[in-house]
Amino acid sequence: MAVDGIDFDVAAGEAFGFLGPNGAGKSSTMRMIACVSPPSAGELQVLGGDPRRDGSAIRARLGVVPQDDTLDVELTVRENLVIHGRYFDLPRRRAGARADELLAFVGLADRAASKVEPLSGGQKRRLTIARGLVNSPELLLLDEPTTGLDPQARHVVWDQLYRLKSRGVTVVLTTHYMDEAEQLCDRLVVMDKGRIVAEGSPRDLVARYSSREVLELRFAVGEPSPDGALDSLGERVEQLADRVLIYAHDGDTVAGEVHRRGLRPAATLVRRASLEDVFLRLTGRSLAD
Amino acid sequence: MTHPTVRAFEYWLTRYRRTWRGTAVTGLLAPVLFLAGMGLGLGGLIRTGTGTVEGLPYIEFLAPGLLAATAMQTAIAESTWPVMAAIKWTRTYSAMLSSPLRVGDILAGHLGFIAFRVGLGAAGFLVAAAFFGVWSSPLVLFAVPVAVLIGLAFAAPVMAFSASLDSDVGFSLLYRLGVIPMFLFSGTFFPVSQLPGWMQGVAVATPLYHGGVLCRALATGHLSWAHLGHVAYLAVWLGIGVVLARRAYSRRMVR
Repeated sequence: MAVDGIDFDVAAGEAFGFLGPNGAGKSSTMRMIACVSPPSAGELQVLGGDPRRDGSAIRARLGVVPQDDTLDVELTVRENLVIHGRYFDLPRRRAGARADELLAFVGLADRAASKVEPLSGGQKRRLTIARGLVNSPELLLLDEPTTGLDPQARHVVWDQLYRLKSRGVTVVLTTHYMDEAEQLCDRLVVMDKGRIVAEGSPRDLVARYSSREVLELRFAVGEPSPDGALDSLGERVEQLADRVLIYAHDGDTVAGEVHRRGLRPAATLVRRASLEDVFLRLTGRSLAD
Repeated sequence: MTHPTVRAFEYWLTRYRRTWRGTAVTGLLAPVLFLAGMGLGLGGLIRTGTGTVEGLPYIEFLAPGLLAATAMQTAIAESTWPVMAAIKWTRTYSAMLSSPLRVGDILAGHLGFIAFRVGLGAAGFLVAAAFFGVWSSPLVLFAVPVAVLIGLAFAAPVMAFSASLDSDVGFSLLYRLGVIPMFLFSGTFFPVSQLPGWMQGVAVATPLYHGGVLCRALATGHLSWAHLGHVAYLAVWLGIGVVLARRAYSRRMVR
């Protein structure tokens, strides 16, 4: 069983995220929402319909951007979009017009006649996003939309998803990137081992599961170990191999206290708590697989 | 509205528009070479020996057999690697399944394309072989739809097989233990009555044998009602193949 007893609602116009380590059950959940895998038990409604009964009719209103680009390398960039439009029964001419429109949207208009093969990873991903939009979906599903992309390409993809969101397209995505979840999601659930372990907006989750700030201390090799000396500082202290994290409402005050106790860390950093802190607290630091 | 099966078929057609030149040449070349080499060369020896085969000059015996065997080979080539690619490598089926197309449409669209490919190949061979003067009856034109039926009778069960494999190693087994022996021993090059008794039984059970008998009857115009039995036998292979393929596709794609 990939997921067990998960419960969530996504409102129209919302950007909703499934956040979790590899193997948490995000992709299985997406396959069920995409009306490909039927849930073995429980209730699932997508766009008001029952995927077990109306799978095909619901899929007509969905856009799917799979994790691995399932593009056809034998066809040109534009043909990939036109043929996908035909699956949705767009008349050939309309599918062509829609393809040109979408290629302009994702910045690939000049590559329309190119084959898919020579495109960069970011371009292929943008083409896959364009393909997911060919039927003007009410709900767009993205499975790890920027995994494997370089930073520039990620920002371009984020920018396009942000524009879609502002046009009112409901977006459901999975990710294991915290910055992506913070940038794009109005609301998200954190999944671990097939279950939902937390739900809320990124800001809510940080407020609920983390302190406002995190003080990171690094000690030079050979310095006396700070063991015990940091106890009772802040709300929680976490000892890692190379540094100590102190979760606190006010990092600077705690940093002063560290110095008062006579400890001299080689580096001190006060930062705002992020979704990453929440994520690691909820799903643990050990590798899932 | 375009029927969903036709929409799935269009994908394969769009792809074929890019690759047809290569397959047209290689697909036609092999049977024509066999016809020339075996039909003229070996046929010459036979003429001076026994004279005819089943009452026909050897090349006229051979040509309809090659028509049937080519239908089989095209169908199997199109229902092995392309099916595995669409499931595992290019994941075309998965892309189709993110649209209103259903598993049944996806299967039927692909099968329809294989029928189209086989029909095209059969028509090409029919024309090419006509230059050797091997067709004695205009009924041979009906050998094209019969070739399509032969192709489907192979393609459907092979699609079920391909959809249940995890790697393409199984395909070389299929070719060595299935396709090549059938090609050699199912009545394409010589009558199955030349085989030892138990092998005759095996040969007669293959769809290729029945396809060859039908094509030969159409090429010579010696048709009888009994030939409907051969059509029915091929239809049974197609029917069972479709049921198995439908099941294998669902198991593989819907999970």
